[in-house]
Amino acid sequence: MTTSASKDASQVRQKKMIGDHFDRLATAKEDGRKVVYTFVPGNLTELINAFGMLPVLPEINALQSGMRGRSGGYIGEAERAGHSEDVCSYVKCDVGMLRSGNIGPTGKPLPKPDLLLLSYTGCFTFMKWFEILQQEYRCPVVMLHVPYQAEGRITEEMRDYVVEQLTSEVIPAMARVTGKQLDPAALEEKMAVSARAEDALVRVWESARRRPSPIDGYFGGVYYIGPIFSAFRGTTDAVLYYEELAAEVEERARRGEGPLTPDGPMGPERYRLVVEGPPNWTNFNEFWRMFSRERAVVVASTYTRVGGLYDLGFRHSAADPLRSLADYCLGCYTNRSLPSRVDLLEKYIRDYQADGFLINSVKSCNSFSAGQLLMLRELEKRTGVPGGFIESDLVDPRYFGRANVENRLQSYLQMLESRRSARDVS
Amino acid sequence: MRVFVGIDLGSTTTKAVLLDGEGQIVGRGITNSRSNYEVACAVARDEALTSARFNLLARAIREIQGPAADAVHVFESRLLRAFRLELYLDELSALRTRILELAAGAAARSPASLPGALREILDEMEKAAPALFLQAEERRSDFFRDLAGAAFLTAAERMSGARGIRFEELVWPFDRAILDIETELRPMDFQQVLSRAAQRIGGEASADSRAKLSAVVAQMGREPVDEVSFVGTGYGRQTLPFPKAAVRSEILCHGRGAHRLFPGTRTVLDIGGQDTKAIQVDERGVVTSFQMNDRCAAGCGRYLGYIADELNLGLHELGPLALKSSNPARINSTCTVFAGAELRERLGLGEDREDILAGLHRAIMLRAMSLLARSGGVSEEFTFTGGVCKNPMACRVLRELVDENYAPGMTINIHPDSIFMGALGAALFALEDARAGHPQLLAISAPNREAKTERESLACEECA
Repeated sequence: MTTSASKDASQVRQKKMIGDHFDRLATAKEDGRKVVYTFVPGNLTELINAFGMLPVLPEINALQSGMRGRSGGYIGEAERAGHSEDVCSYVKCDVGMLRSGNIGPTGKPLPKPDLLLLSYTGCFTFMKWFEILQQEYRCPVVMLHVPYQAEGRITEEMRDYVVEQLTSEVIPAMARVTGKQLDPAALEEKMAVSARAEDALVRVWESARRRPSPIDGYFGGVYYIGPIFSAFRGTTDAVLYYEELAAEVEERARRGEGPLTPDGPMGPERYRLVVEGPPNWTNFNEFWRMFSRERAVVVASTYTRVGGLYDLGFRHSAADPLRSLADYCLGCYTNRSLPSRVDLLEKYIRDYQADGFLINSVKSCNSFSAGQLLMLRELEKRTGVPGGFIESDLVDPRYFGRANVENRLQSYLQMLESRRSARDVS
Repeated sequence: MRVFVGIDLGSTTTKAVLLDGEGQIVGRGITNSRSNYEVACAVARDEALTSARFNLLARAIREIQGPAADAVHVFESRLLRAFRLELYLDELSALRTRILELAAGAAARSPASLPGALREILDEMEKAAPALFLQAEERRSDFFRDLAGAAFLTAAERMSGARGIRFEELVWPFDRAILDIETELRPMDFQQVLSRAAQRIGGEASADSRAKLSAVVAQMGREPVDEVSFVGTGYGRQTLPFPKAAVRSEILCHGRGAHRLFPGTRTVLDIGGQDTKAIQVDERGVVTSFQMNDRCAAGCGRYLGYIADELNLGLHELGPLALKSSNPARINSTCTVFAGAELRERLGLGEDREDILAGLHRAIMLRAMSLLARSGGVSEEFTFTGGVCKNPMACRVLRELVDENYAPGMTINIHPDSIFMGALGAALFALEDARAGHPQLLAISAPNREAKTERESLACEECA
């Protein structure tokens, strides 16, 4: 994000936290620690940590492989193993990585899983992904089936259904793997600690309501979500990181500064955008610069809420941990219906006073790309704010057409500009 | 004359439009986009300036009254042809120098008779040039590459048979030289070329008419042209050293240009060489939504070019032939390569060319309909632009599909000069920028052939 000379204290802290986590994973087997592979949406990190296990998140490994320029080779490896070109590129990247020695992002080997915790929160591919991993690793799988929020709300029955699975399936599976029983007090403590980090993260997101926004809530935002999306929910490290980050961001806001970009501080804010869909990871900085050089700042994004919609008020709670975990899983962005996603985007467009909203549609993601044009039209109708549409992919470098993406983005921003000028004239 | 310049750098052709201070079109120019985009822009702009000057000239000639006026008026239509002939001869002369240089450089590995044969070909081309410009009804192309290429190949074929020199031996110097010639910037002295053109056609007229003509030519040739502001757009805009503030998205320019010519326009479909754009505009011509093809150029102009090549036809012949179809084939593939294979297969099975072509036209227009739907549909009035709108079958299929899927009888606008729509939009932005007090100018530096040659020789050494 910034040059090494000007890294903020929170960035240095995050780097160390993540490095330490991968070190722990590298020696997990020698240290006798059990390893759980699981997904970001609907992850049960507090529960995993309460059992003393270490989580690995294949999606995060895949996106980091994308950012480090490795995903093309891994995807090729998976395709040679028989996976089709149309399969989710996260899956192929992960499969290719494990077939290439399972070296993690810090260059150290990742341990094999002792348990695959399949939290199903709206992405059908997750099930197929872990079926493949089960064949590769020959280890137990436990599935948490989270009912879809088709009606846009969580009912008591849905909550009971998830808690029942936690009690009768997930916790016993973790107990079998670790040979330990769940310590309810440890879980409660972690839940309370999570909420403190979540409070601080919400302060970070909401700073973008200011003009200029002191953060980029998409490109910068994906760095901010690193710890809370991966292994650190329920840890003191996360609290320290998010409180430090929130203080830095608030200081930037106090000084009237805009966000940091790959080229340093951004010039005066020109466009405020809301973005739906994940970023492209293989050309992440290039993609970011396409925005920052036009002085377009993303004030809110749904992708950075995939690991938890804390700004809508949800907090992990020590009062009834299992019901709280159920609410967390049920409330995931990926578990929401199209109308709920439209409502959320509308709220962001209004709350953050966006000039426009942009959808980055992912070629290899059928689950979430479906319906995005309908969302676009509906949002335009409701808010009068023009939408833009670009297409790329998560980690398959073959699907990033620089000229095409840039052409569309610039056309879109110029369209915003000319509509603004036309409005000013009339 | 104060002009506002818009340039649309497309994948196939580069277009320029000049507006005057009132926003009226005063000149237009077009050239092939070649391998050097800067030169393509400069040539298109020069072409547009030439056409602007000729418009002024034509008006001045028409205003000539009195004795011998009729004889001078006759010159009006011939002067432009003669002017083009002079330009062609200048380019031919540069081509000759380069071809002979290349042949001399390769003397050790070429037949001894090669330079002589090349000279003869070039002499023949020079001799045939006046008829090509002054007598032919209409040339299929005004691009030097196309004209000189056709003439050279025809002469070389004859020469090859007559002299026993392999055809390839004769043609390679042309293939190399034409690249250099068309990527070189050669300054043009309008006044001087125009005077030569006037002399060439004035020969048989009376002394009085000749004097009147040369007075007008001298006066108009000196008329200064002041470029006030410039905006560039198009496929090549990313690679051009335009100042950032002078670049506008082609989507905005096409929308703006189409709306300018047809102010009722609300939806624009532009099908160019390698991209298709579906654009919605509001009552002021401001873009409100758009979609364009992504990564794959199937269904664009190049697709038709490929099909024309497969059938050994000219691009302009495809549409009229397809219109003759009585039973259009159902073709599902818009992948250019698959469509080519399907074409050959169907021809092999004995299906009519007309029916296959009709099916191919429908396949590409269906793809355009999908983009239109994604951009927000088709609203009255609908304007179709880009090179493909010159194809009558594409237009007919589009009409059928709009009738089927939207409102029957909707207005579909197609302008004969729709290929200039993007450049027109760019010029309108240039005018707007100037009025807003931040005009940009187009500065083009001459490419350095020596530097390129040096890089090439380095590359060769590495390969060796």
